[in-house]
Amino acid sequence: MKPFRYERPQDATAAAALLEREPEATFLGGGTNLVDLMRLGVAQPSLLVDVTRVVDDRVEETADGGLRIGAGVRNSDLAAHPLVRERYPLLSSALLHGASGQLRNLATTGGNLLQRTRCVYFQDVTRPCNKREPGSGCPAREGEHHNLAILGWSEQCVATHPSDMAVALAALDAVVHTSRRSLPLVDLHRLPGDQPQHDTVLAHGELIEAVELPPLPFARRSRYVKVRERASFAFATVSVAAALDVEDEVVRDVRLALGGVAHKPWRATRAEEALRGSPASAEAFAAAADAELAEARPLRDNAYKLPLARNVVVRTLSELA
Amino acid sequence: MSIAARSIGASLNRIEGREKVIGEALYAYEHRQDDVAYAAIVQATVAKGRIRSLDGSAALAVPGVLAVLSHEDAPSLGDAEGELALFQSDRVAYRGQIVAAVVADSFESARYAERLVRIDYEEEPHDVELRADHPRLYKPDQVNPTYATDTEQGDVDAALAAAEVTVDTTYETPSFHNNPMEPHASLAVWDGDGGLTVYDSTQGSAPARETIARVLGLEPERVRVVAPHVGGGFGSKGDVRPQAILAALAAQAVGRPVKVAVTRQQMFDVTGYRTPIVQRVRLGAERDGRLTAIVHDVFEQTSTLEEFAEQTAVVTRMMYASRTRRTTHRLVALDVPTPSWMRAPGECPGMYALESALDELAVASGVDPIEVRIRNEPDLDPESGVPFSSRNLVACLRVGAERFGWADRDPTPGARRDGTWLSGTGVASSTYPARRRGSQASARREADGRFVVRVAAADIGTGARTVLTQVAADALEVEPERVTVEVGDSAFGQAPVAGGSAGTASWGTAVHRACRQLVESGDDEARVDTTEEVEGQESYSRHAFGAQFVEVRVNAETGEVRVPRVLGVFAAGTIVNPKTARSQFIGGMTMGLGMALLEEGILDPRFGDVVNHDLATYHVPVYADVEQIDAVWIDEEDDRLNPIGSKGIGEIGIVGTAAAVANAVHHATGVRFRRLPLRLDRVLTALNGVRHR
Repeated sequence: MKPFRYERPQDATAAAALLEREPEATFLGGGTNLVDLMRLGVAQPSLLVDVTRVVDDRVEETADGGLRIGAGVRNSDLAAHPLVRERYPLLSSALLHGASGQLRNLATTGGNLLQRTRCVYFQDVTRPCNKREPGSGCPAREGEHHNLAILGWSEQCVATHPSDMAVALAALDAVVHTSRRSLPLVDLHRLPGDQPQHDTVLAHGELIEAVELPPLPFARRSRYVKVRERASFAFATVSVAAALDVEDEVVRDVRLALGGVAHKPWRATRAEEALRGSPASAEAFAAAADAELAEARPLRDNAYKLPLARNVVVRTLSELA
Repeated sequence: MSIAARSIGASLNRIEGREKVIGEALYAYEHRQDDVAYAAIVQATVAKGRIRSLDGSAALAVPGVLAVLSHEDAPSLGDAEGELALFQSDRVAYRGQIVAAVVADSFESARYAERLVRIDYEEEPHDVELRADHPRLYKPDQVNPTYATDTEQGDVDAALAAAEVTVDTTYETPSFHNNPMEPHASLAVWDGDGGLTVYDSTQGSAPARETIARVLGLEPERVRVVAPHVGGGFGSKGDVRPQAILAALAAQAVGRPVKVAVTRQQMFDVTGYRTPIVQRVRLGAERDGRLTAIVHDVFEQTSTLEEFAEQTAVVTRMMYASRTRRTTHRLVALDVPTPSWMRAPGECPGMYALESALDELAVASGVDPIEVRIRNEPDLDPESGVPFSSRNLVACLRVGAERFGWADRDPTPGARRDGTWLSGTGVASSTYPARRRGSQASARREADGRFVVRVAAADIGTGARTVLTQVAADALEVEPERVTVEVGDSAFGQAPVAGGSAGTASWGTAVHRACRQLVESGDDEARVDTTEEVEGQESYSRHAFGAQFVEVRVNAETGEVRVPRVLGVFAAGTIVNPKTARSQFIGGMTMGLGMALLEEGILDPRFGDVVNHDLATYHVPVYADVEQIDAVWIDEEDDRLNPIGSKGIGEIGIVGTAAAVANAVHHATGVRFRRLPLRLDRVLTALNGVRHR
């Protein structure tokens, strides 16, 4: 890999200062994706600023009954946290559906959000890729894309965001606190548009410090369902994060997000709108899924994701109803 | 022998197990040398063409870089061919071919500088897609290793035309890629006298020595290949791979020992793979399922560098009785890496097609799939007319049926549903030749009452060292604790590769003979060579047989295929060590699950190579994919094999498994999938098609 320097500052100010001076510097969390990308030559930072001692690694209850998750909390610890398991079981489940035990022990909350697509062209520096090398082209659109996006893609990029955790967080109205601002998690990641090189809206040197979950009492009844090509240790072809609040067989409220379908965790707002106040029936769930997927544009080899996403949404909601 | 077979048959623990678990067992890359340098591979980024110019200056400017190797200044390798003719030409034969290398005093510097080598190509149009109607298909002179390309028995066309029941189907398999845990690696050390030692990840130190010597123009005596521990191979380490030659060339160039590690991504290009194959199978049968005609036509690829002709239809020549039969192989030389050995070359893909077709025949004739196989059991090897040394396929099918609970099976496809899950069961036969090759071995009596046995065998994780210790102990009539078996060193003499499931039979015969000679002569040392014994053995058709039974669940809403139950029943002669044997059978069947459900090299014809070249995108089974899996074997005594009575078990596990899975998926869903793997997108798409019809 390209030679790089490594720094381990003791506070966030020092970490930010290091990045400000150096455009090719980057933060290092657990390194489970970044180090791979460095080995592949996809990421070529001049400086790694290890922030694992800088960012909070605690999960704390907020005054309103939500949770504040430090960006340094390891995926394993977050999945096992009693308050997460009790109040947001879909988040715990999503985490445990991701990666492997060893990776979860290292991966951090902030780093998980910033992992990059596993599109085969992005990960191979001998091929064009607009995300890696803007303007070089997107071989995936006409090439190997059977597990890539059906929603929100652009001519420039059809990649998907690989995180399971982020799908659950998107459903839960999570808020991301950075060193400069707070923003809804669903606004953290971007659609590719004509700038697929930018996965998120974060500026250089902007550090994710924490993720906050607002209280959502009905999330105690929630699920994360992931469909993948083997039984474990594979990225989602489609995943569904859902929480459902049903009273008298009518949907009072719902949170729904899809993974494996777009450049960002896909909050299914259209489906949610269709469901609120509707009967908690398989027919209504199917209609809601169809509403969400109406704008889907499958590629040559991934049209199966349409019935797949529809089926998994219906099944997941039916099991919660 | 008064205490014969005391150790053979015991579940001895793997002798080097502790060493491996605590990390003391040294693999090729881990051997220590002072002043070692590291070479990194530069691969072609075009699929066909010529290197117009190569500029290594930026790479050479990186601190620590010692040399850039390429065709511009490489020594001439007069006798090197194909993949091993490193840097001998400016031609590019496939994308990913090794075209240069950077040598540096650290691995990191070499890897970094490797990306700075600038190569300008004169690109030519490439052709990388196998098709059964490819205009450049040709008939090779023979298929691996020396089988006839085509065979014909009786008037097969007339028999097909007259058959009461016929099956005419085409099966497609993609490229499959060996992914042993230990990536290919080599460490080359030249001594002051022009002698070379290569620590290599190889399945055969003795044949590797011959090849390396030939390629480098050395006398074999000047070369030593050392491989005490090898982390899997499955055939991909059966031939010398280019990294061994590269290590030697690089060490020569910089005057230091050099290590080369092939990365996981590079393995997909430079360590061989199983060719994609199109197979058309036509069966003719009487109404009761008795075969009257079998036609097996195979279409597969090789490279432009050298011919590799997988013997895919050869198994059809001996498997079932039929009055008429035709088998053919056609190849096309494409701008791709040369295919190579992968677990059960020939039998594995061939039996996927044949055993799938047998299942289609069972459905078409309404005969139970086990019964249809039993009805076609031959008395003699059908094509050669030679007697079998032993053949217990029917026993495997019957024992398996009993243990699996086959009798209660409702043959109706698509008839069992639990919620969103459809379920079904399938069966397939399995077989693998019981080969034996000549080998040398020595046995020595030590002063302390211990014995040292040396044979250039390879333990690639199979348990060969342990099994040979058991063979030696029984021949010496001592406890295995008193025997040290040393393997993996060409200095121990000639010995064949760990391949063709022939290791135990080949090395074991030599070890047995050496040990008996030691005991009977009373000398302190005995050396044997079994070449004559093996060449002089009587003519029999020698094969292991087996049957796999598989239960699948198929999710009608997601297309996911899960395999809750796999049972393999095998008849493979003497099982020397039940513990390591079970691992071989189960490992083979697990690899068969991967072939059936997951594994697939995805070719991007625009670039000309496989794009999913890592373990995150080329899926092999993980623990969670394997639920209940069991292997059992029947007692089989066959004294026409070798002194141990063993048939070889390394490959038979994978043979048949993919067909059993696909047959079970048909039973579960009513849909016949004839293209592997049964990826969920294909299954879901097909199920949706059925539902909407």
